[in-house]
Amino acid sequence: MSPLPTFSTMTPEAGLKKALTLSRPDIIEEMKNSGLKGRGGAGFPTGMKWNFAAAARADEKFVICNADEGEPGTFKDRIILQEHADLVFEGMTIAGKAVGAKEGILFLRGEYTYLKSHLEAVLAKRREQNLLGKGILGTDLEFDIRIFMGAGAYICGEETALIEALEGFRGEPRNRPPFPVNTGFLGRPSVVNNVETLASSACILQKGADWWKQKGTAQSTGIKIFSISGDCQKPGVYEFPMGITVAQLLKEVGGEGAKAVQVGGASGQCIPASQFERTIAFEDIPTGGSIIVFGPHRDMLDVLHNFLDFFVDESCGQCTPCRRGNVKLLEGVELLKEGKCSMAYLQELCALGETMQIASKCGLGQSSPSAFLSVVKNFREELMGRTFSHV
Amino acid sequence: MLMTDRERLAGEIQALAEKHGKCRTALIPMVQEVKRKYQKIDSYAMQVIADQLGIHPVEVYSVVSFYAFLGSEAHGKYIIRLCRTISCDMQGKDRVQRQLEADLGISFGQTTADGKFSLEWANCMGMCDQGPALLVNDRLYTRVTPEKVHEILEECRRTFGVHATERKEAHLV
Repeated sequence: MSPLPTFSTMTPEAGLKKALTLSRPDIIEEMKNSGLKGRGGAGFPTGMKWNFAAAARADEKFVICNADEGEPGTFKDRIILQEHADLVFEGMTIAGKAVGAKEGILFLRGEYTYLKSHLEAVLAKRREQNLLGKGILGTDLEFDIRIFMGAGAYICGEETALIEALEGFRGEPRNRPPFPVNTGFLGRPSVVNNVETLASSACILQKGADWWKQKGTAQSTGIKIFSISGDCQKPGVYEFPMGITVAQLLKEVGGEGAKAVQVGGASGQCIPASQFERTIAFEDIPTGGSIIVFGPHRDMLDVLHNFLDFFVDESCGQCTPCRRGNVKLLEGVELLKEGKCSMAYLQELCALGETMQIASKCGLGQSSPSAFLSVVKNFREELMGRTFSHV
Repeated sequence: MLMTDRERLAGEIQALAEKHGKCRTALIPMVQEVKRKYQKIDSYAMQVIADQLGIHPVEVYSVVSFYAFLGSEAHGKYIIRLCRTISCDMQGKDRVQRQLEADLGISFGQTTADGKFSLEWANCMGMCDQGPALLVNDRLYTRVTPEKVHEILEECRRTFGVHATERKEAHLV
């Protein structure tokens, strides 16, 4: 059985055909009704985003699919692109019609270069079938998609950094506002959506907003694709409704007995076993789909060390809280490992983490201290007074 | 001889600029293609790219030095990128690292003297359910064990001869 039952049971192009019969405001209304929120993790309502871009006046607009899947522990977009590329491109075409864009760009991360030939073949086939190009399916809709290869930078998952890369600059996030829906690629209104968001949009157009809302919670509607790895028996990609509890999810993947679960990747939260009844949804624990399970034998400081190494390496270096803050937190973890960190200094590090959350320019710096702060809060008994035998 | 090499490079970069449209948005695709063919972007290549796009060469350097898959330094014919992020780490990437270093006689961040192999770290490659994972150029290997390392390297060595002769004929675009 496919790990993605909903996407697998869709009728090819039914969503696009439906969209072609609807007016632009009607498509956006359907998206708003569905309550779909951005599947990259930030959870911005998709219908609202499309509406902003549709309302913006410009000679050109763009639809950008963010396939720069770099969050540690996330790999769902790779599976979606391998198995349901048509659904993603269908979603992009629908978005193109909704906002009035003629060009779509798939920003594919450099690490996924091996997917490129497959995706190019799917695009070529769609052009042959008149699903892309001029006069799509006999209507006056014009839309085409090209692939842009990323060059190895986690930060380009941030939408304004991604646009900087597309424009040929360093992937350094811009100030927001103005948001890309007004001032995006080449200064034109641009919709930047995650791979899964676009595939889900195609499903919503096909089956309707009410069908989508049957699953999930009131505030987090529909299904979500999860990438599950770490200490469990059946790692892989899973589809679950939004609002599933951590405990239910662990049961499904054979991860019972876990000591902690990292929800949302390195920039997410570390949930201890005592909180496994909490739900995964935007109103409780938000996630882009990354779930990393830590078994009872894992040392949480090793985990933090790995995460902070990652952030030190991937910080773009543009703003000080993130550039220096992550280095300081990493040094703090090293001190803790050696048992040389005073309680006063640990408190200072936590204050630094909170400062980074407030003062960093983009999501990377704002969320990179989350894991540190949640480990300090929930696993304090593991951290202090360590001897070298622990290391 | 040196001039001819340079002229050929300049000609190829010019053709690339025409293919991608002579504007700033062409910069990353151009650098990617030059890097793929020459395994480096030297200051001469950066100057020619800058001339073609009408920007200062330092702008090119600024972009080249930012991205992990670009970088101006020369690397080997095969870049082995081992994922070091959490899930691969928990699945034993340390031992794969040791074996790679032992088999090639270099450390991560270095290139073998014969210019065949470079060892580099990658941050999460999205193969967390099948780690430890590594990329050899664009080719993916999953569930790599220390014993498999030798096999992977041999596979590269076997195809190296073929690639080397192909390269004489290869031209960009």
